[in-house]
Amino acid sequence: MSHGGAGERARADGAGADLGGGGAGDREGAAVLDLDRLSLSFGGLRALSELDLQVRDEEIVSLIGPNGAGKTTVFNVITGVYRPSSGGIRFAGHEIVGQPPHRVARLGIARTFQTLRLFLNMSVIENVMAATYGRTRAMPWESVLRLPRARREERESRELAADVLSFFGQRLAGYRWEQPAYSLSYANRRRLEIARALATRPRLLLLDEPAAGMNPTETHEITELISRLPGERGVSVLVIEHDMHVVSGCSDRVVALDHGVKIAEGGFDEVAGHPAVVEAYMGRDPEALADAE
Amino acid sequence: MAFFFQELVNGLTTGALYALVALGFSMVYGVLKLLNFAHGDLYMVGAFIGYFVIQWFGGPKGLTIPVPLLLLTMFVLAAVLVGGLGVAIERFAYRPLRNAPRIAPLITAIGISFFLENAALLLFGAQYRVYNTPDFISASSGITIGSVTIDSLQITVLVLGIALMLGLRQLVSRTKLGRQMRAVAADREAAEMLGINVNLTIALTFFIGSALAGVAGVMAGLLFNQVSNTIGFTAGLKAFTAAVVGGIGSLPGAVLGGLLIGLAESFIIGYVSSLYANLLVFGLLIAVMLVRPSGLLGQAQLQKV
Amino acid sequence: MSLDAQPPAGPAEAGPAEAGTAAAAGPQVGADEWVARQAGRREYLPSWLGEAQRGAERIGWWPRLAVAGLAGALLPLVGLGGFQLQVGIDALVIALLAVGLNIVVGWAGLLDLGYVAFFGFGAYGFALLSSNQIGPNGIHLPAYASVPAVMVGAAVFGLLVGLPSRRLIGDYLAIVTLFLGEAFVEFTNNVDPKTFGGPNGIVGIDAIRGFGHQLSTNTGYYYLLVIVLVATMAVLRLLETSRTGRAWRAVREDPLAAAAMTIPVNRVKLMAFAFGAMVAALAGTIFAAQQISVFPTDFDTPILILVYAGLILGGAGSIAGAATGALVVMVIYDGLLRSPADSGILFYGLIVLTLLVKLRPWRRLAGVVAATVALGFAAHAVVKAISASAVAGGPGSTGWIGSALRDWVIVPANPTVPGNWGFVLLICLLIALVQVQGRWRTILLVPVIYLASFVWETRLVTQPAITRQLMIGAILIVMMNSRPQGLLGTRRVETPT
Repeated sequence: MSHGGAGERARADGAGADLGGGGAGDREGAAVLDLDRLSLSFGGLRALSELDLQVRDEEIVSLIGPNGAGKTTVFNVITGVYRPSSGGIRFAGHEIVGQPPHRVARLGIARTFQTLRLFLNMSVIENVMAATYGRTRAMPWESVLRLPRARREERESRELAADVLSFFGQRLAGYRWEQPAYSLSYANRRRLEIARALATRPRLLLLDEPAAGMNPTETHEITELISRLPGERGVSVLVIEHDMHVVSGCSDRVVALDHGVKIAEGGFDEVAGHPAVVEAYMGRDPEALADAE
Repeated sequence: MAFFFQELVNGLTTGALYALVALGFSMVYGVLKLLNFAHGDLYMVGAFIGYFVIQWFGGPKGLTIPVPLLLLTMFVLAAVLVGGLGVAIERFAYRPLRNAPRIAPLITAIGISFFLENAALLLFGAQYRVYNTPDFISASSGITIGSVTIDSLQITVLVLGIALMLGLRQLVSRTKLGRQMRAVAADREAAEMLGINVNLTIALTFFIGSALAGVAGVMAGLLFNQVSNTIGFTAGLKAFTAAVVGGIGSLPGAVLGGLLIGLAESFIIGYVSSLYANLLVFGLLIAVMLVRPSGLLGQAQLQKV
Repeated sequence: MSLDAQPPAGPAEAGPAEAGTAAAAGPQVGADEWVARQAGRREYLPSWLGEAQRGAERIGWWPRLAVAGLAGALLPLVGLGGFQLQVGIDALVIALLAVGLNIVVGWAGLLDLGYVAFFGFGAYGFALLSSNQIGPNGIHLPAYASVPAVMVGAAVFGLLVGLPSRRLIGDYLAIVTLFLGEAFVEFTNNVDPKTFGGPNGIVGIDAIRGFGHQLSTNTGYYYLLVIVLVATMAVLRLLETSRTGRAWRAVREDPLAAAAMTIPVNRVKLMAFAFGAMVAALAGTIFAAQQISVFPTDFDTPILILVYAGLILGGAGSIAGAATGALVVMVIYDGLLRSPADSGILFYGLIVLTLLVKLRPWRRLAGVVAATVALGFAAHAVVKAISASAVAGGPGSTGWIGSALRDWVIVPANPTVPGNWGFVLLICLLIALVQVQGRWRTILLVPVIYLASFVWETRLVTQPAITRQLMIGAILIVMMNSRPQGLLGTRRVETPT
């Protein structure tokens, strides 16, 4: 909800303005991501309508809403796949509208995909190491001649990949690394996609339905994992989820969307019980409708 | 000025020919999302069929049947046989690859094109076969407007071409088959779930598209006189250009593209030089591709993320 | 909305955790299903070829390259000479081209149908810099200057060609590159004949020359090509396992996801074009020097298709596959041009090999062979009794094969027309063969083999140039339908779009 919005935004802007210069104290409550009256129309269809959304530092925000509400569209706009019709996107103080996807990724926003987009024919470790491209500089000839910088970067990439994969414990342990990604189980593929995103060393991680298709055990595991991300990896997280176990289990804040419009914002219980949210998911109670007549 | 109009007529005639080939090509792309590289070679087969029909009925100088009947036989036979060949190719080479990655049917099509060209070389030899059209269709008969002549052959080609194009348009927009073709082109799985016999629809689309190419091949023989196993390659390239320039998958686009290419070629040969004709046509393609990748009348491909 | 009160009682970690700790000793069958599935996924070649493949894989990539290079270097010493040396040179050039094409098609997944234009660029570039073509006395740069210059030029050319790839998806790119390839041939054929030689090409090209030495024998060029091919494969292997190689493959897998993971997709595609172009140009320079002349027709579509056939046969995506496939294709391609006796060995040898590999068990193979032999003699005798002229012609094959087949295969006095009909019938029967299964297939095999021999003896063996082109087309069609990953490639899984 927007009642605290204006004040919070002012503080967020102030803290975000000096990028990189602020110390730990400044980062408290600073907005890593600030969507400002974001709108997107596909021809006559308004996919997003004046959306205001912030994600603060080391915060986990969940984005919920019925199918077609525009949640993945938000991700696509943030990451530069779509260009918004109007409105701004500030990431760590910088306006990033118009940046191509790979540039946005390099700035520090990483994502996973609703339909899982792994590099299926590449091995697990290659999938993760591929994501370090933006952080490495070695030119092809350096790689071929195995010059020092190339060797160092290759070693560092591998170490980073190992580190990121270890976040998932035994699930993506050593013996799995050389396996092609298509041979992994479904849940492991979802985990791998998150690992790959983490390898870009993001400041903001966008997770699109990370628990989709998982059984209760796996769901619990992933919820716990997401909760650990800000503390252990220093990332802020914006999660799209349908599974309310996940949403309630890890979110600091919940934002509800319907037809491209924000309809509620706040803590989980607040949003879950909000009449507009209930109506969006469940439809209007016909008895109530009859009563109103 | 008369020269201009003469070139215009010539351009429209060859344009109609290219349009027919491009139409078949576009139709197949629409339902299968496949660039059928072998399409030009189907045209070549049609041209050969026309040639053999002439020989069967006594040769250009000693025809045993009246010319209109000869033409009818040539066109019908080419349409049916080449249509059948197209269906066979689809059935045995492309259908197994329906769900394979895109590169597989493309490479297969290249293989089929190469195979057809060389099979024709083996069966018919490298020598050009000639229709010798002036021997049985008088070049002097026709309409003359001012100093521009449209000879009866060109009239035949234009009339037939336009008739086929209109017929196809009727088929696609008014008939059940046309609706099924459009449905399969839009979303094959959904069409199947709606009860459309997808295999049959695709086979029929191939039949019609290939038949058009076959007819165009006969026209080419009549107009250009020389038939050999390599004519399919160049014609295929021009048909691709036409279909792509007009917007691949779009039938009006294919017609527009075909006419454009025919006119461009005619004017370039007439006013510049025949040496550069092909190069400049290719240049036209590159230019359109860079400016409007989906072609003049095509729709931009949407990708779901 | 209400929730369950508690999360489900602790995850059952026993299985995976155990596998994890036991994993230090390697994956185990039963404990880890991946092992059991992997062998099936890998799809080794059938029967004993697969055994050989598995054995070779245990050796490691670099040792295998060394062995192959050594084998290639030893061939001339073992007796490769004259015509065979030229075949070897041609094969190595095509192998080099296939390895370069692999970068664009196999790794980056860009269907470049104009690749042969880079080959031509390299050849013509070298020709212009090493002949009397330009200026009163011509330009005669030594090889260590001209070859790098041409390669750099080709890289730039490759970047230009790759520019449309930014806005074009798959199919469109194929068409545009196909046209560019054709445009190259048209250009060299028609534009500025003074400089580019027109249809008569450029002649009198210098040999590879530098530092006082000069390559003047075919043997020399052979060794140069072996060294260059091995070196190129080594460089590409190093690239394959580097960040660039990973980026190429990621772009092929899923450009959208790759971009989201910091990979600059367009730039990576351009790099693929540039590298592919450089390798092709390198091949072109050596080709031009060895041939001493270049013509526009040297760089037309048939060569492109030859390279593609090699790449597809060997397996796109694999360096070794590209080189091996190209070598195999070229050996057969050139082999078919030899005397009718030798090409007959190739033809019948291939049939026998296919039967050996595909027909199991031994009894079935023996049955088919026996039936075919019997059918042949019987048919020949019957037809001979009916009409003497129907068997008057001798088999096209000469040598011992011809003598052996004289009373077995029916060859009429005028073989051309029946042969043609036989050819068409053969195609129909081959298609039918693929459609039927089991016992009927085995039975149908017998007349098909006999018919194939008939067509070979009446038509194909007398037209080797056409036959080998037919074979190339057939390779593309058959490979894509039966084993799209090629002989040495791994089967790919496609991302659903």
